[in-house]
Amino acid sequence: MNTKVDTEVIKEPSMLKQKDMIAGNYDRLTSTRESGEKIVSTFVPGNLNELIMCFDMVNNLPETNAIQNGLRKQSGAMIMDAEKSGHSEDVCTYVKADIGMMGRGNIAPNGKPMPAPDMLLLSYTGCFTFMKWFELLRHEYKCPTVMLQIPYQGDGKITKNMRDFVVKQLKEEVIPMFEQVSGVKFDIDRLREYLKNSAKAEDDLVWVLESGKNKPSPIDAYFGGVYYIGPIFTAFRGTEDAVEYYGLLRKEVEERLAAGKGPITPEGDLQGEKYRLVVEGPPNWTSFREFWKLFYDEGAVVVASSYTKVGGLYDQGFRHDPNDPLGTLADYCLGCYTNNNLPQRVELLEKYINDYQADGLLINSIKSCNSFSAGQLLMMREIEKRTGKPAAFIETDLVDPRYFSHANVKNRLESYFQMIDQKRSGASLAAA
Amino acid sequence: MSTAEIIARCEALYDDLDFTASRQWKEADPDRKVIAYMPVYVPREIIHAAGMLPLGIMGGGDQLEVIHGDAYYQSYICRIPRSTIELGLSKRMDFVDGMLFPSICDVIRNLSGMWKLMFPGKYVRYFDVPQNYRDDVGGNYYVNELNELREGLEELSGRKITDDALRASIEVYNENRQLAMDVYAMRSREPWKVPSADVYLLMRAGLVLPVEEHNQMLRDYLAAAEKVDAPKRDNCRVVINGSFCEQPPLNLIKSIELSGCYIVDDDYMLVHRWLQKPVSTSGDPMENLALAFLHESASTAAKYDTQEEDKGMFLLEQVRKNAAEGVIFAAPSFCDPALLERPMLADRCSEHNVPYISFKYAENSGQMQPIREQAGTFADSIKLWS
Repeated sequence: MNTKVDTEVIKEPSMLKQKDMIAGNYDRLTSTRESGEKIVSTFVPGNLNELIMCFDMVNNLPETNAIQNGLRKQSGAMIMDAEKSGHSEDVCTYVKADIGMMGRGNIAPNGKPMPAPDMLLLSYTGCFTFMKWFELLRHEYKCPTVMLQIPYQGDGKITKNMRDFVVKQLKEEVIPMFEQVSGVKFDIDRLREYLKNSAKAEDDLVWVLESGKNKPSPIDAYFGGVYYIGPIFTAFRGTEDAVEYYGLLRKEVEERLAAGKGPITPEGDLQGEKYRLVVEGPPNWTSFREFWKLFYDEGAVVVASSYTKVGGLYDQGFRHDPNDPLGTLADYCLGCYTNNNLPQRVELLEKYINDYQADGLLINSIKSCNSFSAGQLLMMREIEKRTGKPAAFIETDLVDPRYFSHANVKNRLESYFQMIDQKRSGASLAAA
Repeated sequence: MSTAEIIARCEALYDDLDFTASRQWKEADPDRKVIAYMPVYVPREIIHAAGMLPLGIMGGGDQLEVIHGDAYYQSYICRIPRSTIELGLSKRMDFVDGMLFPSICDVIRNLSGMWKLMFPGKYVRYFDVPQNYRDDVGGNYYVNELNELREGLEELSGRKITDDALRASIEVYNENRQLAMDVYAMRSREPWKVPSADVYLLMRAGLVLPVEEHNQMLRDYLAAAEKVDAPKRDNCRVVINGSFCEQPPLNLIKSIELSGCYIVDDDYMLVHRWLQKPVSTSGDPMENLALAFLHESASTAAKYDTQEEDKGMFLLEQVRKNAAEGVIFAAPSFCDPALLERPMLADRCSEHNVPYISFKYAENSGQMQPIREQAGTFADSIKLWS
């Protein structure tokens, strides 16, 4: 262990704020029978939270429920329940954790059962499995379901045809279904107001993510990053709460930067940044803390990551635009990271390595997620070829604990850090 | 010509991983171009109307040694993209001018980007299809996508694809679809005369031959099969589901029939029967292709069912129409669409008292004994207790 961490852990105001926000949403979800509010389930990429709020509905995200169950080490049993009931061992474990959770009474993190959704919004963005997942949920819940098909950027661009198609679906399929289920009439000016809030929060989020360009980085853009994206990727984009959260977060990171501090870890501030990495792929959730510790124990800081872009590529300039409310929702959905083609993804990672002065690329390849994983070995080679920086590949899963091997991941990471050291010493010798 | 002679030719085409027939077609004229496509469906009419040869790529089967392809994929990803990359890297597809990757799953979708990176300069298109089946919503989107494909091929060939050429191509493919359906219908009617391995190889030949030649082959086979004198066995009639992308080895199909099942319908190479009715040859050809897709296309797990009530209805109709006694869910390992769909289809089968079994395979599966035992037990159980 080379790097020291300051073990005094202080919960910063933004952390407390986010905790309250998430708890509040789960309380809202679990009390809809009393409140009469309606629940819509949807996905993180292509999440239309501003639109959902226009109909006074509560946003439930099965992906984040699976993550919560993964972090609480409950997902393994749920996955096995789903497999026993006929779901293949080969398919996405988010899906199986969700179905297993249903079988166990759909208990939310607050310990209360979550009522069945009143509507499924199948925002089919960047992941084919989403489509089957919500067909499976519809098969169980038999509730109204609306599909929002988001064409894939096969040629690395958003065409007018793609955008028009999404807008037309919003106008003629999605909004009418929301009106029907919620009983609330759509008000485009209300949507504009929420979108203004989104753009404000997005500005602050981008500032925080880009603070990783500093040396030392005041943030970890992967392990810390997953917390930073929490509100904006889930049920809070467009809310005053999200604006406040990102304002607080930015202020805290500004202070850390001014003080020359490294990122916060579960064991306190990381001191002595040794390796700067770009990470591609989602994290493992069932052993999240152990996984993170393998990095900070070695002084490795993730300065940029692709996973923190699955719910929007804000750092590449996109902002929700209140002047074009439906068009901007289409652009948002079309632009999410996994809706980009492989060459675009390679270019982005290359840019991150250069812009963030990273030592290399680490790919955490996820067994469950072909949307991310298929093609990553080629991406790794391309990045090495283009940047001359070393890349490494580890394999874990999202929420299936059977696919996290601590010893294997540790070995690979240690070898990778040695590789970076060798590369550096080679570069120093060459310079001398 | 006997069925055996026709099938011998088909088998030679199937075994030929250098695609010699397609190469020869191209070499006959320096202006000719070949556009390859992957499962499940592309509108081959547009390629044909451009004067090009559509070439179906179904992976490398069980005879291709995958050396390079495995280096591109993790162990938990299916085999078809590995063997397809192997075909590309080993120069077996070096005569191919372009490649279409239909919207079927994340693996094939991402392979389109990999192809762009690996084979720069080739025409590569991710071919998206609508999951919204309203004429004015998904239909408009799809017509524009078809026109983009048309423009892309025009650029590649340097010549316009006229509406008249498209109508003529639709006509020739209407005939092809009808003949393919006739072969399927004949098998369903008299499966002892038309073994599934024959049907499979006939359809595979249609992936590499010009459609006109394939049409003649199908006509010849239908005529020859009428004369076949084969004993009718007391086999169980089954529908195969889940094999629409990565194909099973031929031995697997033979093993199912050897175990006491007659395959009376399947979803192998759906491209031949994707559009279930003739496409109109009058009016706007792109609109006609789009309408056929929206309202007359087959169902697979790669397609969204707008209504919960629709789920599994296509399969149940296959069972009813073909008087099938059971369903075999045979999906490739790690096939997200087929494996995610299976529990819903299995529920539908249970609701309608249709017996079923499930197993997985890979295109290079070699051990058929477990399949034979499973399918044989299934057939016996239906014959004895159903």
